[in-house]
Amino acid sequence: MTTTGTKIPLPQQRAFGKTTRTDRWWLKPLLVFLGFGAFVVYSTWAAFQGTNYFYGVDGADYISPFYSPLLFGVAEAHPLISVVPEGGRPPWWPGWMPFSAAFFILWAPGGFRFTCYYYRGAYYKSFWLDPVNCGVGEPRKGYRGEQKFPLIFQNIHRYFLYVALIFIIILLWDAMKAFWFTDIDGIGHFGIGLGSVIMLCNAIFLGCYTCGCHSLRHLVGGRKDCGTCSGPIGKTYSCVSGLNGKHMMWAWISLFWVGFTDFYIRMCAAGIWSDPRFF
Amino acid sequence: MSKATFRISRGSGGDLTPADYEIEIGEGMVVLDAVHQIQYEGASDLAVRWNCKAGKCGSCSAEINGMPRLMCMTRLEDLDLSQPVTVEPMRAFPHVRDLVTDVSFNYRAKKSIKPFKPRKPDNADGTWNMKQEDVERVQEFRKCIECFLCQDVCHVLRDHHKHEEFIGPRHFVYSAALEMHPLDTEDRVADLKKAQGIGYCNITKCCTVVCPEHIKITDNAIIPLKERVVDEFYDPLTKLFRMFKPKK
Amino acid sequence: MNGYTTHEFDVLVIGAGGAGLRAAIEASGNGTKVALICKSLLGKAHTVMAEGGMAAALGNADDRDSWSTHFADTMRGGMYLNNSRMAELHAKEAADRVNELEAWGAVFDRTPEGRINQRNFGGHKYRRLAHVGDRTGLEMIRTLQDHGIHQGFEVFMEYTVVDLLMDGGRVAGAFAYERNHGTFHLFRAKAVILATGGLGRCYKITSNSWEGTGDGHALAYHAGAEMRDMEFLQFHPTGMVWPPSVRGILVTEGVRGEGGILQNSEGRRFMFDDIPDAYSHQTSDNEEEGWRYITGDKQARRPPELLTRDHVARCIIREIKEGRGSPHGGVFLNIHWIKEHIKDAEGHIKKKLPSMYHQFKELAGVDITKESMEVGPTTHYVMGGIKVDADTQMSTVPGLFAAGECAGGLHGANRLGGNSLSDLVVFGKRAGQYAAEYASAHDMPTIDEGQVQDITQETLAPFERGDTGENPFQIQQALQEMMQAKAGIVRTHAEMAEGLEELQRLKARAATCGVQSNRDFNPGWNTALDLKPLLACSEMILMSAIDRKESRGGHYHDDYPEKCPEHGKWNTIIQKGADGTMTRRESEIPAIRSDLQGIIEENQR
Repeated sequence: MTTTGTKIPLPQQRAFGKTTRTDRWWLKPLLVFLGFGAFVVYSTWAAFQGTNYFYGVDGADYISPFYSPLLFGVAEAHPLISVVPEGGRPPWWPGWMPFSAAFFILWAPGGFRFTCYYYRGAYYKSFWLDPVNCGVGEPRKGYRGEQKFPLIFQNIHRYFLYVALIFIIILLWDAMKAFWFTDIDGIGHFGIGLGSVIMLCNAIFLGCYTCGCHSLRHLVGGRKDCGTCSGPIGKTYSCVSGLNGKHMMWAWISLFWVGFTDFYIRMCAAGIWSDPRFF
Repeated sequence: MSKATFRISRGSGGDLTPADYEIEIGEGMVVLDAVHQIQYEGASDLAVRWNCKAGKCGSCSAEINGMPRLMCMTRLEDLDLSQPVTVEPMRAFPHVRDLVTDVSFNYRAKKSIKPFKPRKPDNADGTWNMKQEDVERVQEFRKCIECFLCQDVCHVLRDHHKHEEFIGPRHFVYSAALEMHPLDTEDRVADLKKAQGIGYCNITKCCTVVCPEHIKITDNAIIPLKERVVDEFYDPLTKLFRMFKPKK
Repeated sequence: MNGYTTHEFDVLVIGAGGAGLRAAIEASGNGTKVALICKSLLGKAHTVMAEGGMAAALGNADDRDSWSTHFADTMRGGMYLNNSRMAELHAKEAADRVNELEAWGAVFDRTPEGRINQRNFGGHKYRRLAHVGDRTGLEMIRTLQDHGIHQGFEVFMEYTVVDLLMDGGRVAGAFAYERNHGTFHLFRAKAVILATGGLGRCYKITSNSWEGTGDGHALAYHAGAEMRDMEFLQFHPTGMVWPPSVRGILVTEGVRGEGGILQNSEGRRFMFDDIPDAYSHQTSDNEEEGWRYITGDKQARRPPELLTRDHVARCIIREIKEGRGSPHGGVFLNIHWIKEHIKDAEGHIKKKLPSMYHQFKELAGVDITKESMEVGPTTHYVMGGIKVDADTQMSTVPGLFAAGECAGGLHGANRLGGNSLSDLVVFGKRAGQYAAEYASAHDMPTIDEGQVQDITQETLAPFERGDTGENPFQIQQALQEMMQAKAGIVRTHAEMAEGLEELQRLKARAATCGVQSNRDFNPGWNTALDLKPLLACSEMILMSAIDRKESRGGHYHDDYPEKCPEHGKWNTIIQKGADGTMTRRESEIPAIRSDLQGIIEENQR
């Protein structure tokens, strides 16, 4: 190429927030900041409660998604590891530390969302202002991106995906149990409560979010250059691609709904309201 | 007939001052028409790069009201004409004059990407067979008109000036078109990770937002390439699998 | 400031569209030192605007096709004014060039069997156009560009050649200015290939881009080359007509190839009303058969919308003139009607014609899956050009080659859609090959310093006149309006005579134009310099057209509305006379080789 060699410097970097944009460019990052912020605050609060995560009145079997799978917990909630007293606190847990069964599992969906390609882009903008929006000046001059430590660890995303897929199965199991009510005689039978529906929706929404994952899309076929060369791969790939196209939408719906599911069961368990039964 | 004011950056070598031009506007006009009108009415030396005026060549890239856009595809009806419309040159490239920048960086970056290398022909006459479903993914990337708006909006180039370490969204799209080409046998993943700096992309999707060809740059090109980088460099499991896989 | 940088090359290619790139790639083999000059950035040339496809008798979509049918179609479309040897080479080699593009990375649409798919187009007997949706030109130029940048030739982007340099009768190189800073560059070269494309910018309503100012035509003319068939311009029947700012932008023939129909304000498919005898045996006379042809029925005949472009354009003009046009002075092009036949018509249209969908949606606010487009003729292509040897592409000036639109001969009086993209690569390759051979057989020519001084003076003259001179944009627009009015799609002797007179006045105005400021990327100055080729081309068109007293192909003479067999025996030749004025003569067409004549006759049945 010959038309190079010009020594003209690049334009000066703009100061933070400086732009010629005339639209309300700050609105979207602000909404995202408030949305994510509200969820983080609520979920942290809910995780630290360590109680009111199970609702068993009238033979119901609802467990909050923040606490499932339950490793240590109150007996009626069927924890996986032995029934222990005192609200499920294992004896080896340091006494000075607050305990909640949620601590054992929230790292998994939390890590999945933290390393998710959609969330990354969104919180780099809204929380890290890098950039706060397209074509708007940034607060910091230095930049490492995901090329170097620490954000290079975002590449771990697919491992969180593997765990998240297992969680979807568990949540589906929980949702099925939520349609199974035990009567006074100890006999189980099918029923529908508002909570059952909420939990089923939760599992479905989370499923749609998880199955639209960019890493999954890569693993089920994107890594190949020729989809139809090996039959069914093409179908799976286009299903995942379809969900992937709406990944942002499912990320928000499932985020809201999982928080709402916990909130609903928490309110039931705390006796604030009772779960209406339709059937 | 109504009037509108255009605030156009004028000057050479990055030394820019905005100049206001008021012109009559007609139905269906685009920003490039306005610039031509201004040239016709006296500012004959107003520098602007353009070719086809139909959104197919990608020459007339600029920043209109702060957003990177093609001047020929930005209709005045879609802009707020009660305020002056600002028209500025792209910021990610060295400035030449008025609305023109030196985009030669993009041509150098492209040359650093390994060229297409097809497998042996499938047929005796030297041709290949490919299914339409299989070429569609690559055809999306090949819609690119090289307007370089994605390069301009990408903060890695625009704000952080990493031109030496990062080839930019356009060239990830180009790499994806080659890497995902059903016939291609070349491996560009190591280059993408190292010299071409795909890790600098923090997927804020501004490139996708500004693409006039509506290519889903981030979701369909960059992220799948990032995943291929993960396959080769960051995922011990795929490495392990590959060790035991029979070599082709 | 009048200094210049000298570069030396074996082969200099001027123009970086499909033909120029292909020529540069071909010439670069065997250690030949090649330079490629583009007027714009690399990859922006007007080739990107080609939409519908690239004609080649691959026989993938219809196995009855062969090079001989393609040859006969091209000759019939060109009304037998073509150079038959060029038409033969083109038909024979186009398929190889398509396959070569695929080997370089082009991704054409596929048939269900996985081969390169082909679509219907006007004047082609079978489905023949390899395509990628409606952006085939982009695919071609990008493929050539991406392959070319690794072939070792040097690219000079945004350089405009203002004159060819001569060493006696032989070409010695070219003199150019670089646009970003206005610096001068002298390219000394053993062989020069012109691949500068068209001259649509002579007209007000045109599908051509900024660069289409006929540079190559004018450069060759001033170098003394013979120019042929300059009266034949193709007015593409379907350009956008509304809103005014997009008037002329191309609407691909692919719309009709996919089943689009032309309707007047009464909703009538007027193309059925006038089917020329030469095509009556292969054109359907009812809607039902026409649709069957679109869907690939081999027994059905073509719908009349797919007649040759010159004819369709004239039918549209007739409808408009007789008061049956659309509200903004066009006719209706309707593709949404296919929903009568196809279940997911909307999806089909968006998939087959994606850029048409976006073009109308974004520029005109029309949804073509639901509403009809308003279209009218637009200046699109010049069949005439530099007269070249069919095999080597060398012009009548030694060492000067031409390929693509700026060369004349292949298309005769009218070009078939899709024959241009294949023309570019078939003859681009040939020009590259023979220019390299010529360069290796000849020494470096010498430069005439006196000529260089004259050129620099002429090039800088607009600055000397400065602000006191006329704005070059206004002169350019006046010229475009004149040509539109006097040498447009329907021509009369009186108007053309007026046009020639007016042209002299415009020449005088051009000599007084002035520009402000400095040489850094100065569109005013660039436009002032473009006036010279525009004026030369306009004069060639008018001079050629006024004396062809018949109507044939792209030349419609309202005083002589019929085709005249006597006029079918010669081509117009334009050449610069010894005194510097333009001369015109007729040159008899040599007899067509008997085997080729046989093919033509066989295909007339």
